[in-house]
Amino acid sequence: MALSREEVLHVAELARLSLRPAEIEIFTRQLNDILAYVEKLQELDTTGVAPLAHVIPICNAFREDEVREGLSLDLALENAPAREDDNFLVPRVI
Amino acid sequence: MTEPLYSLSISQLAPLLARGEVSPVEVTARLLERIKERNGELNAYLTVDEAGALEQAREAEACLGRGEAASLTGIPLALKDVMVTRGLRTTCASKILENFIPPFDATVVARLRREGAVILGKANMDEFAMGSSTENSAYGPTHNPWNREYIPGGSSGGSAAAVAADLCIASLGSDTGGSIRQPASHCGVVGLKPTYGRVSRYGLVAYASSLDQIGPLTKEVRDAAILLNTIAGHDPKDSTSVPQAAADYTEALGREIHGLKIGVPREYFGHGLDPEVEAAIRAALKTLAGLGADLIEVSLPHTEYAVATYYVVAVAEASSNLARYDGVKYGFRAEGKNLMETYLNTRTQGFGAEVRRRIMLGTYTLSAGYYDAYYKKGSQVRALIRSDFETAFKACHLIACPVSPTPAFRLGEKLADPLTMYLSDIFTISANLAGIPGISVPCGFSSQGLPIGLQLLGPAFGEAEILQAAYAFEQATDFHRRKPPF
Amino acid sequence: MAYEAVIGLEVHAHLLTHSKIFCGCATAFGAPPNTQVCEVCLGMPGSLPVLNRKAVEYALKMALATDCTIAPESVFARKNYFYPDLPKGYQISQFELPLAEHGHLEIKVNGQAKRIGITRIHLEEDAGKLVHSEARPVSFVDFNRTGVPLIEIVSEPDMESPDEAVEYLKGLRNILLYLEICDGNLEEGSFRCDANISLRPVGAKELGVKVELKNMNSFRFIKAALEFEIKRQRANLSAGREIVQETRLWDTSSNQTVSMRGKEEAHDYRYFPDPDLVPVRIDHDWLESLRKNLVELPKARLKRFQAEYGLPEYDAEVLTSDKALADYFEATVKLFPQPKQVSNWIMGELMRELKKEEAGIDSCRVSPAALGKLLSLVDTGALSGKLAKTVFEDMVATGRDPEAIIKEKGLVQISDSGALEALAQEIIDANPKEAADFRAGKTKVLGFFVGQLMKKTKGQANPQMANEIFRKLLA
Repeated sequence: MALSREEVLHVAELARLSLRPAEIEIFTRQLNDILAYVEKLQELDTTGVAPLAHVIPICNAFREDEVREGLSLDLALENAPAREDDNFLVPRVI
Repeated sequence: MTEPLYSLSISQLAPLLARGEVSPVEVTARLLERIKERNGELNAYLTVDEAGALEQAREAEACLGRGEAASLTGIPLALKDVMVTRGLRTTCASKILENFIPPFDATVVARLRREGAVILGKANMDEFAMGSSTENSAYGPTHNPWNREYIPGGSSGGSAAAVAADLCIASLGSDTGGSIRQPASHCGVVGLKPTYGRVSRYGLVAYASSLDQIGPLTKEVRDAAILLNTIAGHDPKDSTSVPQAAADYTEALGREIHGLKIGVPREYFGHGLDPEVEAAIRAALKTLAGLGADLIEVSLPHTEYAVATYYVVAVAEASSNLARYDGVKYGFRAEGKNLMETYLNTRTQGFGAEVRRRIMLGTYTLSAGYYDAYYKKGSQVRALIRSDFETAFKACHLIACPVSPTPAFRLGEKLADPLTMYLSDIFTISANLAGIPGISVPCGFSSQGLPIGLQLLGPAFGEAEILQAAYAFEQATDFHRRKPPF
Repeated sequence: MAYEAVIGLEVHAHLLTHSKIFCGCATAFGAPPNTQVCEVCLGMPGSLPVLNRKAVEYALKMALATDCTIAPESVFARKNYFYPDLPKGYQISQFELPLAEHGHLEIKVNGQAKRIGITRIHLEEDAGKLVHSEARPVSFVDFNRTGVPLIEIVSEPDMESPDEAVEYLKGLRNILLYLEICDGNLEEGSFRCDANISLRPVGAKELGVKVELKNMNSFRFIKAALEFEIKRQRANLSAGREIVQETRLWDTSSNQTVSMRGKEEAHDYRYFPDPDLVPVRIDHDWLESLRKNLVELPKARLKRFQAEYGLPEYDAEVLTSDKALADYFEATVKLFPQPKQVSNWIMGELMRELKKEEAGIDSCRVSPAALGKLLSLVDTGALSGKLAKTVFEDMVATGRDPEAIIKEKGLVQISDSGALEALAQEIIDANPKEAADFRAGKTKVLGFFVGQLMKKTKGQANPQMANEIFRKLLA
């Protein structure tokens, strides 16, 4: 399951990361090393083993349908990198 | 009182405060002074809240004056910069949160405040808790107080160094694959990772949600129990926090461990284990035996798959948890011609290399067609690893083993190859995968004077037992009394 | 070559909980931007979701109402993608283990009953609102809507025509309204529908390439979009061109579906179970208590209307197809206990007036009480049936009380036989030729006399009485 350079670039884009040209080769190599290592897991026969999703078996952690005070407008927007009026401002999609 | 105030533990300081022999403002001021003088040599702190700490100290003093002392009134702590503190910058040692001021407190922080603790500041760490050496911080590495050319361990390196160097009385860190226990071991302090779900994760900036836990790093075992008492317990804001009531973790301290069965996992001895580490551990086992414990050999057959499992499951969750850092709502934003470019520039410039590496790995393993082979497979192997422990704990009460295959290494020594770094997590990682508690206590030193820790693992919700055994070991030795030449 | 359409529908319905699905922020519509937010729904570092029990309850009610099988254990999953209105960079939804599956809904098109399968119902959180600036290359994000609970209802591709699709949607929406778990407002977006449509040669087993349609916010647009798409796909296939699998948007200005290609890339959502949430286990007792207390559903109400009110099936169907209409009917019958008359009036006059204004019963200015009063006035003879229609039109337009209108316009029906006889006699005397014609056997002339009396009384004479009186006097 070795990753090609193209696949690495595709994964980077999926993750919204860009790789500097110098990094592409290094990252490709390092990722492939790690992937080769984790290939180890395929040695194990896990037929019928239920995936462990939650270490402690809890279910039905609910809250009641009550309105709670949230953040004030100022606190909500305080850390916004860009804002206009009372909205978060972002560059246009296209 | 001959020892400087800053060198005291919680257990030593609390009674002095309670009796009015020492004022909280004095302790906090002394620590702030020491931090100012010495932090530059270690880079343990990222943010020091001088004004806030003194104000909290004054409040503590007033409380004590009214006779309203709580369990931590006036005790100054450092918090790993991975848990949010309202109004106080929280960076996760990342550029992407360089100026993030959280509008809320983590639940554990709220509980500490309620118990009167003073928060001195935020401690350095590996960026987003991804690392084992605190070299992945965007704000420079932390240095090991025992030898400044060495790493303090990671990812809670700042917390461990601060405790070891008496730059705080105690600290909280977080542990996803060993990030409390390993730096505790490398810095010669106590570090406890609770059972998964024992302590609320609300306000803990998520790395790997099914593995992360907050825990104490302290100068002595009793302190860890005291802090655990404050932070443990169900939190309705964290769906994964367990409803089981927390115990009083100081209660069992001092009880004998006669007849305690301690399992020694055969797979943990031989895996590139440094001979000095092995020697220290074996000596520790002898001490435990001398205290009445029965040592028996146990097997954890899936040990060799633990690191691989972790680096599949943890990175997948991490890749998703870190998707929120997009420059839209908070944090760093790099400009771009359009939205896509803004995302790319922000995240590429805002995240360090190790974080980007793990995000990519996680994104890949979750991507179309690979989920079964990686995340699902990893989750299945995780079940096998947990079952290993369940079986072992049928034959013993606790497991004793090393924390790290080697003592701390030099700064920069292992940066070239990430995989080598990952493999050094071998002894701590399984506990996170199985969700069981673990503690590291100082048990020796390498010939170079670097600390070595003994790890005790317990079954789920076995914190009281491992604290009891750790305490017994600690009290029978004096490793915990040694301080770095700092 | 003849083609048949295969249509599947995905509905997203806002649940009417007070607070959001994973945090305590209010869900009320129309608040100023970013005033109903907290660290959880803003996706701040360290925040965690906790599931709103009521959202689960509402989803279960819908599942029960559509005969779904409820999963004993259901799990939340993360749907990962980047977009400014998605604060965490993933949407908490359900993937492999949804809350409910394998339900169905019965519809009727052109008198033909058909069962449409429901593949699954699951819970998820809504995203925020993104508004694009016209003038500058920026967009504004309001996170109030982030975290509002949604149920996604996915149908089997069982529909074959736009009409069937619309009937299915109306039926689904009706149930949501009956259950009072959604307000079904298409324009405001609390009931949204996306369609998947493909064509295949008639009788073929395999499905053709499917196209996804979005941005249809009324039943009219849904129908128009599907019709357009069928035409478009048929034209392409007939010309030998392949259908491109894509997402198309309904464009109201051009009345066409327009390709989204280039605007959106294929998503790899990288679903995995959300480790911040724990499974939902629905125990038998909970489910049975919900089932027992489930509100009367359209099907049951239809049967009851037939049984209790003696209405024919057609009437009952029309009335129960819209909960508000059914409620209106029952409220009116309570005050004027003549179900068939009420039904006739509602299905006739009332619905015609509503259609004229393109309004729903909720915006009708005539209250059940007012309608009841109008009908009793006709019943007691105080108002003629014909004039009742005029009065009703006024009531619809102004919302005024019928008695006030009658008084103002002087429309009280004259049923005083004495008064009418006197007037009738006057008319007979004034028209001797016609009187003679009638007596000679030209019975049709009666209409002339009745008409004269109606004119003389400005339409207020009781027509039946007028008839009888003339017959009597001319005898």
